[in-house]
Amino acid sequence: MAAGPMKMRATLNGGVTDVRVLITHPMETGQRKDPDGKLVPLHFIQNVTVKLNGRTVVESQISQGISRNPVFTFRIKGGAKGDRIEVSWIDNHGETNKTETAVA
Amino acid sequence: MNPMRRSLAAALAVIVLKPFAALATTWNKEGFGAKTPADALKTLGAANPVASKDLLIEAPQIAENGAVVPIEITSNIPGTTSLAVLIDKNPFPLVGKFEFMEGALPFVKLNVKVGESSDVRVIAEAGGRHYVATKEIKVTIGGCGG
Repeated sequence: MAAGPMKMRATLNGGVTDVRVLITHPMETGQRKDPDGKLVPLHFIQNVTVKLNGRTVVESQISQGISRNPVFTFRIKGGAKGDRIEVSWIDNHGETNKTETAVA
Repeated sequence: MNPMRRSLAAALAVIVLKPFAALATTWNKEGFGAKTPADALKTLGAANPVASKDLLIEAPQIAENGAVVPIEITSNIPGTTSLAVLIDKNPFPLVGKFEFMEGALPFVKLNVKVGESSDVRVIAEAGGRHYVATKEIKVTIGGCGG
């Protein structure tokens, strides 16, 4: 499975913006074998960055120990409706993707 | 090597290396490659963290599927700037480090892989000090108990 699309929702609850993001990614540990008995090479996301109106608010480093198709929830204080949230990632192959949404 | 070939090699090196330089971000290779929690903690500068009750871990006591174990972490320690998550018995215990700035709350919810029943260890950094909380997760892969 290759890396695919992302889904994101950002909602304002009592002055705190909940950002829930789903990333389609195999997160291969490098220890799993395919049906032919060959090791599936290590392939995983290393960095996930969250930006609010262009300013970085969360910077994460992750490993292959995160589940396949990672889902993260982050919370940001002080967002407003219509603010732009951007989440981007990069994996150990240099593959990258990002998605943007408005706070609802 | 004549000058022509040298400059060609240099140009090639730039073409090959540049994308990596442009995409380079911080990633704690040593920490994520560590095979014991103690070694991973050293790379975080958190060899001797202080136990804290203000660091909350919400996770299932028993996980039927070790491939997807939801964990929710909240730090109520004032001035928390980062949270790191370790699964003690995983082959590579450190699974993530999250840094919070500009209004982001020291909170994260994530799904992790847990190979066998293990402690989850969370490290919070606040005011240059490190705090720790742990919670045990039992994994029952294949119904063999844990």
